[in-house]
Amino acid sequence: MRVDFSDVVVALGGTRVVHGATFGVEPGQVAGLVGPNGSGKSTLLRSLYRVTRPASGTVGVGGQDVWELPPRTVARQVAVMTQETTADFDLDVLDVVLLGRLPHHRGFGGDSPHDLALADRALARVGAAALAGRPFAGLSGGEKQRVLLARALVQESQVLVLDEPTNHLDISFQLELMRIIGELGLTTLAALHDLNLAAAHCDVVAVMKEGRVITHGPPDEVLTPELIGDVFGVRAHRLSHPETGRPLIAFSSFPSPPSPDPAPERPAKEHAR
Amino acid sequence: MSAMREAARQRVRRRSAGALIGAHLALVFAILTVLVVSGATGPADVGTVDAVRIIVGHLVPDAPWMSDGSITRLQDQAVWQFRLPRTLLAGLAGAGLALAGALMQAAVRNPLAEPYVLGVSAGAGVGAVAVITLGSAAVGGLPLSGAAFLGALGATAAVYLLARQHGVLAPTRMILAGVALGSLLSAVTSYLTLTTEAQNVFSVLFFLLGSVPAATMDQLAVPAAALAAVTLYALANARALNALLVGDENATALGVNVNRMRGQLVIAASLLTGAVVAVSGGIGFVGLVVPHAARIFVGADHRRMLPVTILGGALFLMAADVLARTVAEPTEIPIGIVTAVVGAPCFLWLIRQGRAARAGMLR
Repeated sequence: MRVDFSDVVVALGGTRVVHGATFGVEPGQVAGLVGPNGSGKSTLLRSLYRVTRPASGTVGVGGQDVWELPPRTVARQVAVMTQETTADFDLDVLDVVLLGRLPHHRGFGGDSPHDLALADRALARVGAAALAGRPFAGLSGGEKQRVLLARALVQESQVLVLDEPTNHLDISFQLELMRIIGELGLTTLAALHDLNLAAAHCDVVAVMKEGRVITHGPPDEVLTPELIGDVFGVRAHRLSHPETGRPLIAFSSFPSPPSPDPAPERPAKEHAR
Repeated sequence: MSAMREAARQRVRRRSAGALIGAHLALVFAILTVLVVSGATGPADVGTVDAVRIIVGHLVPDAPWMSDGSITRLQDQAVWQFRLPRTLLAGLAGAGLALAGALMQAAVRNPLAEPYVLGVSAGAGVGAVAVITLGSAAVGGLPLSGAAFLGALGATAAVYLLARQHGVLAPTRMILAGVALGSLLSAVTSYLTLTTEAQNVFSVLFFLLGSVPAATMDQLAVPAAALAAVTLYALANARALNALLVGDENATALGVNVNRMRGQLVIAASLLTGAVVAVSGGIGFVGLVVPHAARIFVGADHRRMLPVTILGGALFLMAADVLARTVAEPTEIPIGIVTAVVGAPCFLWLIRQGRAARAGMLR
């Protein structure tokens, strides 16, 4: 299913957070949304899963405006792995995963064997089968992320949204998660902070700055040192991954390159400042 | 591997339909037992067997023992016209308040929420106390229960409107508006109580603490209808209630219209609470505690905890009412005192048990 943002404007509490964002994701593509904190990535994604309604513009899934459809219909098409989950009342892990079946049911009734089978398969897929009977609130940050991904999977949607999915995750599960996502074949939109993760695992990257999508395209075309310098204000270098050949980005902590032998016109105290 | 087996074992225990049906049957059996005990308890001497025979005799047509003189008119009256209605009303009140508490806790996602959190009891208190102290004529000739119901609805409507902003019902604003308006209304009640004649104070206290002494079968209809309607609504929306527990954004992503659902829940819980409070007064503690106890036993999934909450609430208040009319015989004490004195220690014991951690009481 295609996802299209067309001239989306979102205002939160009177402040414009997204100013006319436009871009589309082809069916089955994994799209990474990158940009500095406050650039509007999460807000733009929230307009797709019906949390923040755009002031103008449209958000389309499969050619239909999500804000014109019933919430339940949208939830059958778009699953979300959210960043934060509150747990003042504790549900078991399996209960949390089965919540993903909510848009497929109406009214009374327990979980069907089909629901339970889906939940078991999803938990196994994210490596969390052993957690099924545990209270959700007692899990570590990484375990919670696995469970929330399993919940998104049982929703059986065509579109998957991930808001900073690799927060709280160790490097091994970061890579595992991105690999699982790549294997699902769903139209995927992920807000990412780690440019290398985006470069390695996304088919397309959209770069956001101050509420606009300033460019999008394949990572090796988009993530140039010039663009990174412009958007994030850091110096970056393009390397290439020794195994995959995909772009790899190295960052420099200093605003200008340190000279091997200090040049006379740039005294050392300049650096110390 | 052992962790996996352990998890599977726990899952079997908690999801086992057999265990759940067993719990329901045990609660229903206990409720029936309390009903019979209530019928056999009181100044007019009625044995346990006779109590059963009287109750059954009114339910099945042409029971021979009803007309063969083995049961006196006094016994029949004591059981069918006095003891049974009040025990049934206590049961309806307990079930209604516990259900309303569970819904309110889910609606505002706060374990401290209870049916009165939006000022329902304070509003009902003003209505009822106005009738007691100023007389029915002062409130347009309404009977006490009518005035209490109107007060409850008025208070909830005010809180609802005060908490709404830009069409959004924010839980925290709702709780704070309820607390503030509750204080204001309680001040009115206190003023009316202090300026009235001394003999009225006793009636005021009984209403505010809650009691079901003069219940008649007619009074059961409204709370029973409210309980049935809200129970159906809650069970039909049990999955969406579960989604509310994991946060507004998550629930929205799962296709729940959070704002509309929250509004419906608040209205349903308040109507139910108002219908109960109007006839039984402000019985405390049940609405807060029974849902938590149910979660401790069967988990937080509403499909499992709501039926246990409803039956448990009914059982708790029915038993409390039997105690309320026997511990200080021949005087009767408000049922609210019993629920707190008996319920609080039991609940404190319960939340210190290991399984309470599973109901979110680790933090």
